[in-house]
Amino acid sequence: MSYYFAIISPLDTPLFEHEFGTSKSGGDGQPRFTDQARHLNQFILHSSLDIVEELQWTNGQLYLKVIDKFFQNYISAFVTASNVKFLLLHQPTTSVPGAAAAPNTATAAASSRVNSTSVGANPTSPQTEEAIKNFMNEAYENYVKAIMSPFYKAPNMEIRSLVFRQRVAAAGRKYL
Amino acid sequence: MAANKASRLGEETRIDKVNAELVVLTYGTIVSQLCKDFDSDYVEVNKQLDKMGYNIGLRLIEDYLAKSNTVRRCSNFKETAEMIAKVGFKIFLNITPTIANWTNDGKQFSLIFDENPFADFVELPDDGRAQDELWYSNILCGVLRGALEMVQMQVEAHFISDVLRGNDTTEMRITLIRYIDDELPPEDD
Repeated sequence: MSYYFAIISPLDTPLFEHEFGTSKSGGDGQPRFTDQARHLNQFILHSSLDIVEELQWTNGQLYLKVIDKFFQNYISAFVTASNVKFLLLHQPTTSVPGAAAAPNTATAAASSRVNSTSVGANPTSPQTEEAIKNFMNEAYENYVKAIMSPFYKAPNMEIRSLVFRQRVAAAGRKYL
Repeated sequence: MAANKASRLGEETRIDKVNAELVVLTYGTIVSQLCKDFDSDYVEVNKQLDKMGYNIGLRLIEDYLAKSNTVRRCSNFKETAEMIAKVGFKIFLNITPTIANWTNDGKQFSLIFDENPFADFVELPDDGRAQDELWYSNILCGVLRGALEMVQMQVEAHFISDVLRGNDTTEMRITLIRYIDDELPPEDD
């Protein structure tokens, strides 16, 4: 299970991005995206913004759950009160077709072991939704603190705070 | 004994409270605006903060004396330090910095701030210089300098470490330069 988390400003500028892997069920917290997927992730994530903008008015919740799917890439969204979007792309590695045929068998073995029980094995299950909700809430809490810094020019400046990055990574370790 | 009296005074003095975040954001805006106005010349920003604090201190001392009911003059500089930490900081910022590192002549001490209400949420700009040059809470130095000057003490105050810069503690060094004698106006012959 690999995750790509991004914060998008109301003017659709990326403010923050972070990649990480699952830490549940013996995961090492490292993302398993290929170099190609890394570039693709940004496109997938940003293309889901249209759906977010449609869905955000349908219910009063900040957390919108899984809103988009592109092959094995699931997008969960969280929209803050000031219309800043938190998007999380999650890619379960279970259903990679022909995992056995993967050139690196060690990686394949590791990922299949991780997947069978990990929180993200089924991206739309209530457990996963709950885990992502917790992650989003914690990221939101820390985001609020980060933008309270007087040297941060809200709302359209990249978040460069190392503390914030560490806290997001910690939330990822804790819940996902 | 003086120490106990000071902390009791600090506890007893009732004072109106304001929302901490209002203070944080207001002070933060001042500092970040100064950084902008002076083009990130942090040495100049420190000076300006100190000057602003000095002007606050000049009038704040009156408020302090009125609120804390301390009519008696401090008998020595140690007592002054106690009153600053346990009464002054307590009633205006609701914190009690620790007094430490006295020099032998009793003219120099440190205030160690375990918490600093000004610095909540703050992260210094990551331009590579702010971490070494900006003293974010420098206004406090000015406040002490201004306030003590009004009660016949000329002091010098500066920060020597700040948790915002990655130091372990926030420490301010205060040095008594002299007691200002009442100076007679020049005689007119």
